[in-house]
Amino acid sequence: MVLYSLTFYLFSSVAVLSALMVISAKNPVHSVLFLILSFVNASGLFVLLGAEFLAMILVVVYVGAVAVLFLFVVMMLDINFVKLREGFLQYLPFGALLGIVLVIELGILFLTDRSSNIYNNQTPLQPIVNEVENTKMIGQILYTEYFYLFQICGIILLVAMIGSITLTLRDKGGVKRQNIDSQNTVDASTAIEKKKVKIGEGI
Amino acid sequence: MTYEILITGLIIIAQILAVVVPVLISVAFLVYAERKVLALIQLRRGPNIVGPFGILQSFADALKLITKENIIPSGSNKIVFILAPIITMVLSLAGWAVIPFAPGWVVSDINVGIMYLFAVSSLGVYGIIMAGWASNSQYPFLGALRSAAQMVSYEVSIGFVIITVLLCVGSLNLSKIVLAQQTVWFAIPLLPMFIIFFISALAETNRLPFDLPEDESTLVAGFFTEYSSASFVLFFLGEYASMILMSSMTVILFLGGWLPPFDVYPLNVVPGVIWFTVKVIFILFLFIWVRGTFPRYRYDQLMRLGWKVFLPFSLFWVVATSGFLVYFDMLPN
Repeated sequence: MVLYSLTFYLFSSVAVLSALMVISAKNPVHSVLFLILSFVNASGLFVLLGAEFLAMILVVVYVGAVAVLFLFVVMMLDINFVKLREGFLQYLPFGALLGIVLVIELGILFLTDRSSNIYNNQTPLQPIVNEVENTKMIGQILYTEYFYLFQICGIILLVAMIGSITLTLRDKGGVKRQNIDSQNTVDASTAIEKKKVKIGEGI
Repeated sequence: MTYEILITGLIIIAQILAVVVPVLISVAFLVYAERKVLALIQLRRGPNIVGPFGILQSFADALKLITKENIIPSGSNKIVFILAPIITMVLSLAGWAVIPFAPGWVVSDINVGIMYLFAVSSLGVYGIIMAGWASNSQYPFLGALRSAAQMVSYEVSIGFVIITVLLCVGSLNLSKIVLAQQTVWFAIPLLPMFIIFFISALAETNRLPFDLPEDESTLVAGFFTEYSSASFVLFFLGEYASMILMSSMTVILFLGGWLPPFDVYPLNVVPGVIWFTVKVIFILFLFIWVRGTFPRYRYDQLMRLGWKVFLPFSLFWVVATSGFLVYFDMLPN
């Protein structure tokens, strides 16, 4: 139990601190790296809650794929940090408002009576092998009760994907492309042409 | 109370050491084996001076590298520069926590073992990207960009291959994946997936013919051009440890883990850990064999293979497998 609380405080404090560093770091690449640290710690918290599938999905999707592309873009773009910082005060009221709303919501959540809802149930401290796995539970509920919502999510993602492809796809002329199938089907009869060359004339 | 915590802590540390130390030693012998096999392929003698048959060559090399001066380029981003090899090394060792070497021989027998392995191997790209960016130099940066694109593209097909295996098992636990292969190893019914997984593993561990992130002929040494001494050793160890990790993953998913090939008398008395090791060594030999045989891919060919060949094919195979399992009512539980 002591180990459990120790790991909880470790994960949560690192998550909060690295989230702070995301917005305060001077270098955007450092910001992204702190964001990744924050994601990893959040997934550690999920593991402590017994939601191991969610934790792994968080790492695979956000850290393993989304953040890689994020880092890619931030590294490639030459961002002018001084100019970026000029607009800071302009957005401050809006950001502060959002933050206050979030704090109030969290406060309401903490102050309300939670004796009747699921949060009060004892959650297992670590994944146990022999019980019904929550991966299975998620699958069972996702593909039965929430089937249509799940499919709609998929369609929204598909639309977004097609949209981004059509926005970025430009067919510039004059690009040489390798057609591997046509290269593979080449044989002596199509590749070589026999010619009789007259002496002293050339082709 | 505190006494109990101390004992549990000590047990955990002992378990970790019991896995990590053999892995590190086997990395040393893998490097030796690679040099020796490549030498035999190319009709050379390979390392033969240090120790009998040159067997201590890797240890001598490690000592030599560690005692050299560690150079940190003045224009580099120092913290990230030092962190990058450490992250590579840690991630390549972290995956071993869930690998079952024999029935019950596993540090942490978690429900989502295969997802954990997938997550850890997908994090491996960070060490490379960070190294390339922090070096503040052109060749490492190009290597890092290539690596990021390469690892993300091959992860997709690895994900589909894993899904196909999971459809046949009905669990994400690695021990259960092995036990599901008691009748037949998945390499036989899912042979195309096995081949795709092996090739993707080559790409994921940046091995030849897909070692474009560290392509000597165009990028000097790729992402670790600026690294020297101990930080270079960490990259080197990390790369080979993740190679062994990917081979173990291949063995668990497709070659029946610790199970003997046939459950008959002389074969099934051999301890499971020996079968496991033999299979891992076989896959590692394939890694080296491929390195000695094939020329390096061009970058656009690599991307084409990942996105235009492996991705559609593995997606089709996922659909085909699930259709087959549902139609013949063979879905597990």
